[in-house]
Amino acid sequence: MAFSPRTWILLALLLLLAAVPPVADYFGQPFYLDLLRRVMIFAIAAVSLNLILGYGGMVSFGHAAYLGIGAYAVGILAHYGINNGWLQWSLAIVASALVAAAIGSISARTSGIYFIMITLAFTQMLYYLGISLEEYGGDDGMQLKVRSQFSGLIDLNDASAFYYLVLAILAAFLYLSRRLVNSRFGLVLQAARSNEARTRAIGFSPYPYRLAAFIISGAMCGVAGALLVNHTAYLTPEFMNWTRSGELMFMVILGGIATTSGPLLGAAALLLLEDVLQGWSVLPKWLHEHWQLYLGVILVLVVLFARRGLASLLPGNEHHD
Amino acid sequence: MTDFLLKTSHLSKTFGSLLATDRVNFEVREGETHAVIGPNGAGKTTFIKQISGELRPDAGTIHFAGEDITTLPAPRRSRKGLARSFQITSIYRDFSALDNVALAVQAHAGHSFRFWRPAREDLSLTRPARQVLEKVDLEKRADILAANLAHGEQRQLEIAMALATQPRLLLLDEPVAGMGTEESQRMIELLATLKGEKTMVLVEHDMDAVFTLADRISVLVYGRIIATGTPAQIRANPQVRAAYLGEDA
Ligand SMILES: Nc1ncnc2c1ncn2[C@@H]1O[C@H](COP(=O)(O)OP(=O)(O)OP(=O)(O)O)[C@@H](O)[C@H]1O
Ligand SMILES: [Mg+2]
Repeated sequence: MAFSPRTWILLALLLLLAAVPPVADYFGQPFYLDLLRRVMIFAIAAVSLNLILGYGGMVSFGHAAYLGIGAYAVGILAHYGINNGWLQWSLAIVASALVAAAIGSISARTSGIYFIMITLAFTQMLYYLGISLEEYGGDDGMQLKVRSQFSGLIDLNDASAFYYLVLAILAAFLYLSRRLVNSRFGLVLQAARSNEARTRAIGFSPYPYRLAAFIISGAMCGVAGALLVNHTAYLTPEFMNWTRSGELMFMVILGGIATTSGPLLGAAALLLLEDVLQGWSVLPKWLHEHWQLYLGVILVLVVLFARRGLASLLPGNEHHD
Repeated sequence: MTDFLLKTSHLSKTFGSLLATDRVNFEVREGETHAVIGPNGAGKTTFIKQISGELRPDAGTIHFAGEDITTLPAPRRSRKGLARSFQITSIYRDFSALDNVALAVQAHAGHSFRFWRPAREDLSLTRPARQVLEKVDLEKRADILAANLAHGEQRQLEIAMALATQPRLLLLDEPVAGMGTEESQRMIELLATLKGEKTMVLVEHDMDAVFTLADRISVLVYGRIIATGTPAQIRANPQVRAAYLGEDA
């Protein structure tokens, strides 16, 4: 199989990520493990969002909902002493898919600004629901006392084992979404984005395909939620805050919509920049204090100079192998 | 009943106070090329849209192949054998020419809830798509992005997409519009090869195309059909000359 240059770069990036734990260990810098694990978890969420936003043209401004549902599925079961990861994560996936089915059945009939508003409104609803659930900590959230347990197969308390699990899931999801996008299903999805009237005229009803994509995307993001709560060992309704949804959207757009590597590049760029500006004590204090402003400026520059996202700076073009 | 592939009865559509389609009775015989002519804003596109299912008529019925399709959504009509080209070119600009046609093939090859195998490597889609591209003389342009095709080629591609659905009736909304003489000549030749093989409704301002291709002509003015007949009859019709053809005739 002949890989495109972009695919090679993506593979190299993943290999690079795989090399981080031993290197970080050697230099005694476990912090980077934590940071990159977080990047990869958000990359997984961004991959799922890219499926509908990039390839489906559905601008979901509520994708953080599934981060929250995935996290709460794990957290609530753990709250009742059920620490079995298979069970927790299955619930995270199923619950996310069900909620996506409910939201999608309404939103996927609409487009443009209505789609944005509906997805946002539902996510706000879930956010307030999270706040009102006193049993699960209300707006303070709650701790995940024990991380998900996988019959002794993998120990999430082992930072590097957890890291590799996240990396494996990221790689799997990248591959999965790549297959999906180039399948018959993926082509209908993209066709409906490209030209809806034409799509209907040749005989496709876009709605069921869009809804299916919405559900798949939600379920995938539910996995990211389950990972995130294990990562932070804490969960709050803030997981579902609309600003979170905005961040996910931004990652996808920054990285390059409808590209394979875009979500990873976008998540990495946003979170690493944030971290560098926020935490690098070598920077002078004045730079330190207004880091959000500088982040904003840098992001504006990136968007201006790489209008089609970071992936567009890579050699070759987005093509189907 | 069966002589007619398509039949509209008292079809009516208003936009506010504007009668865009006014009790139109219209019949297309199996195998014929039926041209619809009329001045700008007469309601030709509106009429086509009701046949294709993009617009719901206010009143009246549409029968296709003996079946009432008045309330059927556009995708279902396509699967029953109605295909169309748009007045303003409507293609997938960000897909290759081959992809455009293969998608049309795919739309008629069962459901597309197939998530794994790469569609572009699926010979059951690409082979028929290439055949259709050959038919419209675009086979050498198969891998070009549709946006990068010349205007005339894009219009040919639209015809190819329509043909790829193996339609029983082709609805063509001004296929020659905006073309240079050479391009439009090529399009007319292409349509001539389809004539007889496919039943066609041809909306066109280009009288050259109309009189070359049409077996029958209907004249639409202010949403109403004021005359239907052979090209010779239409040419000779004083009402038509007054209302539409003017000095062109
Ligand atoms: N969606 C709409 N809403 C309101 N008015 C419309 C709509 N679509 C068309 N019209 C009006 O209906 C009339 C018929 O329009 P239509 O596009 O069907 O004409 P046409 O015969 O195709 O014209 P042309 O030769 O310019 O393509 C026009 O007056 C147009 O402005
Ligand atoms: Mg028109």
